[in-house]
Amino acid sequence: MKEVNLVLGVIGADVHAIGNKILEYALTNAGFKVHNLGVMVSQEEFVKAALETDAKAVLVSSLYGHGEIDCRGLKEKFIEAGLDDVLLYVGGNLVVGKQDFTEVERKFKAMGFDRVFPPGTMPEEAIQALKEDLGLM
Amino acid sequence: MTLGLFLDIGSTYTKGRVVELERGELVASAKAYTTVETDVTLGINDCLLELSRQGIKEKYDIKLASSSAAGGLRMVAVGLVRDLTTEAAKKAALTAGARVEKTYSYELTPEDLDEILALNPDIILLAGGTDGGNKKYLLENAKKLSRLKIKGTILVAGNRSAATEVAGILEGKVDFRIAPNVLPDLNTLNIEPVQNLIRQIFLEKIVEAKGLKKAEKIVDKVMMPTPLAVLKGAELLAQKIGELILIDVGGATTDVHSVAKGLPTSSGVSLKGLPEPYAKRTVEGDLGLRRTVKNVVEYGQEEFYNSGITSEQLNGYLEKIYRNPTYLPQTPREKEIEKALTRICVKTAMNRHAGRLEEIWTPAGKSFVQYGKDLTGVEALVGTGGPLVYAEEPEKVLAAGFFEENSPHILKPKKPELYLDTEYVLFAAGLLAENNREAGLKLLNSVKKL
Repeated sequence: MKEVNLVLGVIGADVHAIGNKILEYALTNAGFKVHNLGVMVSQEEFVKAALETDAKAVLVSSLYGHGEIDCRGLKEKFIEAGLDDVLLYVGGNLVVGKQDFTEVERKFKAMGFDRVFPPGTMPEEAIQALKEDLGLM
Repeated sequence: MTLGLFLDIGSTYTKGRVVELERGELVASAKAYTTVETDVTLGINDCLLELSRQGIKEKYDIKLASSSAAGGLRMVAVGLVRDLTTEAAKKAALTAGARVEKTYSYELTPEDLDEILALNPDIILLAGGTDGGNKKYLLENAKKLSRLKIKGTILVAGNRSAATEVAGILEGKVDFRIAPNVLPDLNTLNIEPVQNLIRQIFLEKIVEAKGLKKAEKIVDKVMMPTPLAVLKGAELLAQKIGELILIDVGGATTDVHSVAKGLPTSSGVSLKGLPEPYAKRTVEGDLGLRRTVKNVVEYGQEEFYNSGITSEQLNGYLEKIYRNPTYLPQTPREKEIEKALTRICVKTAMNRHAGRLEEIWTPAGKSFVQYGKDLTGVEALVGTGGPLVYAEEPEKVLAAGFFEENSPHILKPKKPELYLDTEYVLFAAGLLAENNREAGLKLLNSVKKL
């Protein structure tokens, strides 16, 4: 597989580090070049990192229920930076409480995310999706 | 007795230090005006003459020089994102002893290109993209620079995957070198190869271009820019006394060097931003006691108030130093004013050099993010340069660089021991250590503990 750069991070004031490490490990093992920004990552940091690394996809995690506010406007910033083509994925406990996931998915897709993953998604699923979307199958 | 001669060919003075190499002891010091505009050897000979008047008759076994004359090593840094590759390039240039005139990010505009031509830097450090990352900006900027009539050297330290293509663009148009990427990935700063190449360019090209080559009729070699010699001296000193901060207040700039890891000292702190070099140098171009003193006055109104200096007294003194930049304070009041100005430089420069802690409230409680180096635990603060060395109460001036309870987010040293480079030997130790580390270490005994 040709080297594919990915940017990974937990957005907002979210300090959940464990899932982030697991994802880094799984994605690296799957052959991707992972640039992990860790926890408490701002929208600007995602944009800047994607620009320098020529990332093909950016994987945003949010575990603390504030994902909707944190992610709003991210796609627009990518467009402003000339990174319209970069795939945006988001996953985790994106909203507070038990909301219907189809509704959550609809909301985040409307914000410009290409894929939205519910809580409890295994890394393999995201890897599979990346391979499909990036034409690496 | 084996003697070594060390010269710092500075912008105003050429300073000479004679060291007895076995004991690493400083035996004589002299200075003379630098004459790089006419013939640099004139000033050096004046300096040697003064040394012989002091009874130094023996032949020197080694004669080494560093220089910051003729504007020093002047560079501009070009990167992609301002706080990523541009910042990495700037750090590399500063720790190589350069004066960074300007930095540029993203695609160079026609105005930027005009400015670069006007600045006429000795070296343009061109970065952009992590390895395997973005190529577009690096290639575009290389094309734009290749069309200019650049006299200096372009040092390329960007995305490895674009290096060959960049070489193709620059080939035959400008003088250039290719270095490994200064930021191979977002968590790795790789400045050493860039530093080494900068030094190589300095030796091969810049020494000649600045009229310093003639100095080599007298000395064995002009080894490096003086700020690099000082940084090397500071690194050597750190091997002796532990992690340290070195501060040098000058007429136009204030330099701060920290030789320290600077990792978080309390738990629950996440590090953000680029990794920091172990030996880090920052230069504040707006903080100096003569040419840039206007800003210093502006930044430190409180300091004058606390020292009971009236604005009339201050303005009177400023008048004098505007008229005559080499004027030194004479009366107790003037010394008081000079001290206040120096304190402002120390404090402001330390505030900018030290890392900072940001408090972030998360649903899980309070959390901290650290940017830059945590220097709170560093146990040595060293002063060098005239204004600090000749200050009447150097300990009070250096104390302006300490941690402040009322701005606890700025990670300055809490209880450092104070040292003073009274004999100005750091540059000489840095030069000497290149081939005699032991003697260099011994020479640093001249750095006095206060």
